[in-house]
Amino acid sequence: MTAHAEQTTPLAVQATPPTRQAAPGTVTNRVGFVLGLADDALVAAQRLAQWCTHGPEMEEDIALSNIALDQLGAARLLLTYAGEMEGAGRDEDALAYQRDDREFRNCLLVELPNGDFAVTMAKLLFLAAYQVPLYTALAGCGDERLAAIGAKARKESAYHLDHASLWVRRLGDGTDESHRRMQAAVDEVWPYTHELLAPDPTAPVDPATLRVDFDSAVSGVLAEATLTVPETSWTPDGGRNGVHTEHLSYLLAELQVLHRAHPGASW
Amino acid sequence: MSTHSEPTGQSGGAPPAPLWEVFVRARRGLAHTHVGSLHAADAELALRNARDLYTRRQEGVSIWVLPTAAITASSPDEKDAFFDPAADKVYRHPTFYEVPEGAAHL
Amino acid sequence: MYGNDFPADDTSGGLLGEVEAAETALREAAERGRRGAAGVNPAAYFAEVIAADQKVEPRDWMPEAYRATLIRQIAQHAHSEIIGMQPEGNWITRAPSLRRKAILLAKVQDEAGHGLYLYAAAETLGVSRDELVDLLLAGRQKYSSIFNYPTLSWADMGTIGWLVDGAAIVNQVPLCRCSYGPYARAMIRICKEESFHQRQGYEILHTLAHGTPAQREMAQDSVNRWWYPSLAMFGPPDTDSTHSAQSMDWKIKRFSNDELRQRFVDMCVGQAEVLGLALPDPALCWNEERGAYDFTQPDYGELMQVIKGAGPCNRQRMEHRRRAHREGAWVRAAAAAYAAKQANQKEQANQKEKAA
Repeated sequence: MTAHAEQTTPLAVQATPPTRQAAPGTVTNRVGFVLGLADDALVAAQRLAQWCTHGPEMEEDIALSNIALDQLGAARLLLTYAGEMEGAGRDEDALAYQRDDREFRNCLLVELPNGDFAVTMAKLLFLAAYQVPLYTALAGCGDERLAAIGAKARKESAYHLDHASLWVRRLGDGTDESHRRMQAAVDEVWPYTHELLAPDPTAPVDPATLRVDFDSAVSGVLAEATLTVPETSWTPDGGRNGVHTEHLSYLLAELQVLHRAHPGASW
Repeated sequence: MSTHSEPTGQSGGAPPAPLWEVFVRARRGLAHTHVGSLHAADAELALRNARDLYTRRQEGVSIWVLPTAAITASSPDEKDAFFDPAADKVYRHPTFYEVPEGAAHL
Repeated sequence: MYGNDFPADDTSGGLLGEVEAAETALREAAERGRRGAAGVNPAAYFAEVIAADQKVEPRDWMPEAYRATLIRQIAQHAHSEIIGMQPEGNWITRAPSLRRKAILLAKVQDEAGHGLYLYAAAETLGVSRDELVDLLLAGRQKYSSIFNYPTLSWADMGTIGWLVDGAAIVNQVPLCRCSYGPYARAMIRICKEESFHQRQGYEILHTLAHGTPAQREMAQDSVNRWWYPSLAMFGPPDTDSTHSAQSMDWKIKRFSNDELRQRFVDMCVGQAEVLGLALPDPALCWNEERGAYDFTQPDYGELMQVIKGAGPCNRQRMEHRRRAHREGAWVRAAAAAYAAKQANQKEQANQKEKAA
């Protein structure tokens, strides 16, 4: 599982992952945080893009593509910024295409397979309910670049939250089949929300402080959708430290295959 | 075309989503203009779909959707009766009036 | 400054200029007005409208054959946009840079939008989108045969933009002047949006052609595979085309298949030179007398085979579309059920209010 001999880049982030022991506000710590946001957006975009031409309605193909484009846009800004802060000369493509899965900092939620439309909407609901308060907080943070990215992305995330909420309500309170599928999706995905809100007091925005907004956004929608949150003590995590599910490596294999086959080429 | 009623067994029995007409206000100061139509199960979805379909390139600042079924249209056969009576009321148009030379701001 | 600044015959602004000109003509035709209604002789009125280069609108009287021709053509066009998402959709997740990924995703999304504009135009003729989709899924209506070829390399994203979208634009620009108003207006919107599609394709090929030897080879191989299928997009030669004459009389169609094909070849030659890529036709050469390029015709036997369903990807494309439709059925049913519940609740609330 760890045969990643390729690409031993000078990776400050990998050498010292953003553990809670790191001093607050260090560059390494901040790069790790920004990479986490960037990878969330990039991996979410890749998953959503996989829906293109497979949507349940042609209109939904367009909507999911829009959301994928938003996430991809945010990922590019964040990766570029992370690369600049790191100072090792890596641009957005070097970071997206030449890191291995152990170097990715995204949460596990976004790398989970798309499943059916209900699973995708559950993932999007939870992701957006996390990203909206996160980007809102960033928009007011002291780091100008992050603040600008946050200000742009929070509007997009608000729309994603709206879109996911709209469908979760319809699927939850639609037919018997859609209710069953939507509840199963929530049951499946819910445990992965724990990682989103895990405390990190050294980060520019401590995810734990987003809990209230996350809960209020999610609980209202689930209640209207006649859905319940599962009772579980299982709280998978590790993404922020580069320990992922088995799914990420496959996702990256597809994302990176062409780029890696032509080292040094421009596109 | 209305003779093709045989089902392909693909649509899963859901009734077809109703048709909505979409009107977009391109900029402040302009009226909403009809831009096309789309399908959606309800108004909320129709509005979202309209946003994604008809304003991908910042074509609008405001959108209306309304059910096509709610539109009552004049028929082409009534065109004379509907619109010709207005044709001789040229006095409704400002160019009907002669403005004396020197009079401004009219 | 790539695909759209090739010289055009009749306007100075290239194909986009032609689209603008068509839009202006549409407005002018509307300005000219038309006093009076169809009255007792709707057929004569229809003929007058066509002769005056004005637009036929949805509730006007029209010959049944005109209606049927338009429905068939617009539906086929809409189906082509929707099925046409697949060959390019095939590379979104593997696009070699994030910039290219964003562009390709936006392009494929545009194609979905164009399909929906066109279905909406067809619906003004009294047919429902569901009927048309059913006809497509049942294999009873066609889509452009070009989409039955596989996209085997990233360079195909470039070639599709350059040649396939290029051929489509040459085909579509005259449709901006189609006599049926909703179709003409949809085509104007589509052609404007598509102007970036061809350019991004040309840019991909230009980058590859000036890249590593492997990239260059990838680009040439792609052009070799797509050249003749692109020529076949204009349909059978005029001598064999069944629908052309009547459609031209009705001003649904403005140029013959062979005229458009020639125009396309003449534009591509110079563009290929700029790319530094060869068009795979040894017989290609300038004919001084005709003022046009002589070229080898595509294999129309192959075209017929592909139209009949025997292309490399016909089955795959159709099964993909059917599966998406089938697997989405429960979602559409849920949306309908939810809408019905909401309408019901509103109705009950209204009645309570009345009673109170």
